[in-house]
Amino acid sequence: MTIREVAQILDGTVLVGADRLDTPVDTACGSDLMSDVLAFVKDKTVLITGLINPHVVRTSEMLDITCIVFSRGKKPSEEILEMADEIGITVLSSPLTTYTACGELYVHGLPGTKPKKKEGT
Amino acid sequence: MAVLLEKSFPVEAGAYTTAGEASTTIKRTLKQLGISAEVLRHVSVACYEVELNLVIHSLGGTLTLLVDPEKVTLISRDVGPGIPDIDKAMTEGFSTANEEARTLGFGAGMGLPNMKRNATEFDIQSEVGVGTTITMSFALQ
Repeated sequence: MTIREVAQILDGTVLVGADRLDTPVDTACGSDLMSDVLAFVKDKTVLITGLINPHVVRTSEMLDITCIVFSRGKKPSEEILEMADEIGITVLSSPLTTYTACGELYVHGLPGTKPKKKEGT
Repeated sequence: MAVLLEKSFPVEAGAYTTAGEASTTIKRTLKQLGISAEVLRHVSVACYEVELNLVIHSLGGTLTLLVDPEKVTLISRDVGPGIPDIDKAMTEGFSTANEEARTLGFGAGMGLPNMKRNATEFDIQSEVGVGTTITMSFALQ
């Protein structure tokens, strides 16, 4: 699936990264807890969140997340958008709730990220 | 082993707004060195977690990046308060983070276990009233 398709499925408005809509995404993760995102996410992931602060973008940068969807029509500040654009992360705003947005992507074939496992932990 | 790069970054206690800036610089520095995306992601996640821990829990400290031909090493040293029970602190879900950290989406008690999971080697030494030192290395091969 591409970010363009994600935007269509979620009725999303592209806030930054309109030139990167053909970037492919393999998985998605819905969470307001960045601690969990840091623990489980892989690359080429869409992050769906209702949390709006610069750490959502910083967390995404660390994980090479390519697309952030802010749910329930939330729009982050210009500062956050500029940060995301500089890194090359596409940001969408969707009127759907986090739960519904995740459900829509799932039924359209985008799977979730699976928890990592490592011996001894 | 010859050190190719050494850089230190001071991290201020309670500086929630700038938390993560050192990790961002470290990630970009390592990317320029041509380190593989997978290793880079492990280093970045562990680095961000440890930097957040310095901001949330410590009285201030320093994050040091060392690169040699075989590995990347991150050392976090703080000036206190120290961890009374390391085993408990290493347990997933255990956290002493304040409300401010939680509002930002952190403080879920995942940080230390997640650092250990991402690092090839992980060591933590702590003394109450003195400070905590975390050393993590990440094999390049």
